[in-house]
Amino acid sequence: MSHLDFDVAHLLAGSLVLVSFILLYQDRLYALLNVYAVHALVLALSVAWQAFIQHAPYLYVTAAIALGFKAIIIPVALRRIVERLGIHREIETVVGIGSTMLAGMALVALSMVVMLRVTSEAAPIAREDLAFALAVVLLGLLVMVTRRNAVGQVVGFMSLENGLVLAATGAKGMPLVVEISVAFSILIAFIVIGIFLFRIRERFDTVNMRALDQFRAERR
Amino acid sequence: MIGAGLGSVYAVLMIPLGAAAVLACLTAYRFAARLNVVATFLALLAAVSLLFGVHPAPGPYLLIDDLNVVFIALSTFVGFTTSIFSASYVAHEVETGRLTPAYLRFYHAMYQVLMFAMNLALVANNIGLMWVAIEIATLTTVMMVGTYRTHEALEAAWKYFILGSVGIALALFGTILIYVAAQPVIGEGLNSMAWTELVGHAAAFDPALLNVAFVFLLLGYGTKVGLAPLHAWLPDAHAEGPTPISAVLSGLLLNVALYAVLRFKMLMTANAAAVAPGPLMVTLGLVSLVFAAFMLYRRRDIKRMFAYSSIEHMGIIVFAFGIGGPLANFAGLLHMTMHSLTKSGIFFAVGHIAQVKGTQRISEIGGLTETHPWLGWSLVLGVVAIAGLPPSGIFMSEFLMVSSTFARAPLLAIPLVLGLLIAFGALLLQLNGLAFGAPRGGTAPVKASYAPLFAHLALVFAAGIYLPAQLVIWFEHVSRLLG
Repeated sequence: MSHLDFDVAHLLAGSLVLVSFILLYQDRLYALLNVYAVHALVLALSVAWQAFIQHAPYLYVTAAIALGFKAIIIPVALRRIVERLGIHREIETVVGIGSTMLAGMALVALSMVVMLRVTSEAAPIAREDLAFALAVVLLGLLVMVTRRNAVGQVVGFMSLENGLVLAATGAKGMPLVVEISVAFSILIAFIVIGIFLFRIRERFDTVNMRALDQFRAERR
Repeated sequence: MIGAGLGSVYAVLMIPLGAAAVLACLTAYRFAARLNVVATFLALLAAVSLLFGVHPAPGPYLLIDDLNVVFIALSTFVGFTTSIFSASYVAHEVETGRLTPAYLRFYHAMYQVLMFAMNLALVANNIGLMWVAIEIATLTTVMMVGTYRTHEALEAAWKYFILGSVGIALALFGTILIYVAAQPVIGEGLNSMAWTELVGHAAAFDPALLNVAFVFLLLGYGTKVGLAPLHAWLPDAHAEGPTPISAVLSGLLLNVALYAVLRFKMLMTANAAAVAPGPLMVTLGLVSLVFAAFMLYRRRDIKRMFAYSSIEHMGIIVFAFGIGGPLANFAGLLHMTMHSLTKSGIFFAVGHIAQVKGTQRISEIGGLTETHPWLGWSLVLGVVAIAGLPPSGIFMSEFLMVSSTFARAPLLAIPLVLGLLIAFGALLLQLNGLAFGAPRGGTAPVKASYAPLFAHLALVFAAGIYLPAQLVIWFEHVSRLLG
């Protein structure tokens, strides 16, 4: 394996973590969706590079799905939903940006320490990819817990799934079953979410999760 | 003979899938409900033929062994009885206008897709395929929980969707790590994801990687099992969805997630250098048990109360498998079977009770044994069984569990017994208000289907008095497999 192969893979996976960080501090819905599109684009590049260096043509399919479906169709569709429903464009965050970023850094450090230590016997590229992938997964979780807005939570979840795809492609020769299923499940998940958003709109006139919580508080 | 076995495996999978396609097109809901019953019955027959037939040789994707056959038989049986209950339940919901026939079309199709997904998760020989199946099962139940479209139902479905997705995402990361651990030993490709290969080679895997993978898998699938502190979705999903779905969630889907945890536990125990999975499972199990036992006292919603009781019992079961050894594993398997039967039976009764009383609030339901003697006394029997009083099967499994814990780790037996007693007190206290005393709530006569309810209760009490020798031998064999 040449140095270039490794360096480019490293660069792309690292950029994915960086874009995850950018997702963390967005407080406007449209900006959040745009950054998510970039996230999916970086993922597509990273997967395509893996396909190239692993000589695994089926990974190009995964890259194409990431590019077409996640980077273009989903952001556009979500933008439509936001427009049509007239959702508030600002996202209410639970904690301040400063502390969120600090928590994010701690999570990245944690994933590096854990993954690099336990994968000492794996191939170098797989090691790097798994460590970065865990960081992306944890940052996605952080995005989900710091947003009160349903769309924000969905974007957090989708960035988390991107991290999983990165991990799956980094593991050399992992059967196609998983990649297709991940993409497929996102499709289904998206339909579910779409239906939910419409229903939530019907009932509450807002997509703010705090409104949902209040109904529960009344009932208990 | 081997060909016949493989035929049954395909039947268990294809019957629900075909039925789902047909049911999605049927508008006549009464006919659809009957067809639903017929399809689950055929799947049950196929599962029974698997139970008594010769196991087919494992393929790259499908596997039948002594462990999953138990789960498949239980799953298809409860699926069948629930479909009978569901037929009379939805008829009442349509009469009162809470559901429209168009929704029922969707509901019946989803019911069959759920059956398919659960059976697929159980027969999968590939950890990736199993993950996909559990994800499909989650998505179908999310849609069914949201069926009523009230504020509460939507909130419950959304919460379930978010927490469930995070859970399965973590489980997928764990699955990938298992592949990374297996790949240097077994080589690239499908074999590195097949159970039959993984278990055989687990001793040579990198133990550190296995440890991290197991933490992710336990947290991920543990969310689906409903272990505290990852249980937050479970009470809402049980309380707000249609009652047949509560019965299937508690009785079956929790077991399927548990099955996944058990499979990975077998991998861990096959590797001597990896950390022992037992203590982790024991801790999570005890926390769930004690937490849910206290929560039982303050419930105001009858379905929510029995949902917490499910958390309690899943905690007990995970605790038993965490302790390990032939006796505790035996108790765990028995408890799992008995809990599935009892809890889905209780939900059958609760579904009809909520319909005749027109409410799920415990404070508005009372004197059931006077107003509806059959339903009331069935509920009494069900709660007596789930609380672990003799002569129910649950008493026997809990007794076995406590005695084996005393033998192997006496200190752990103290919180176990404490949790059991606290939950016992709470259930009997709540039952007293529900079943006895002055009648409260509606007194309309009930058009219930008692057959599934009585069948479940009869099985639970029969098992408490006499377990057939073949069953005991079978469970003992599986307990040894689990290590």
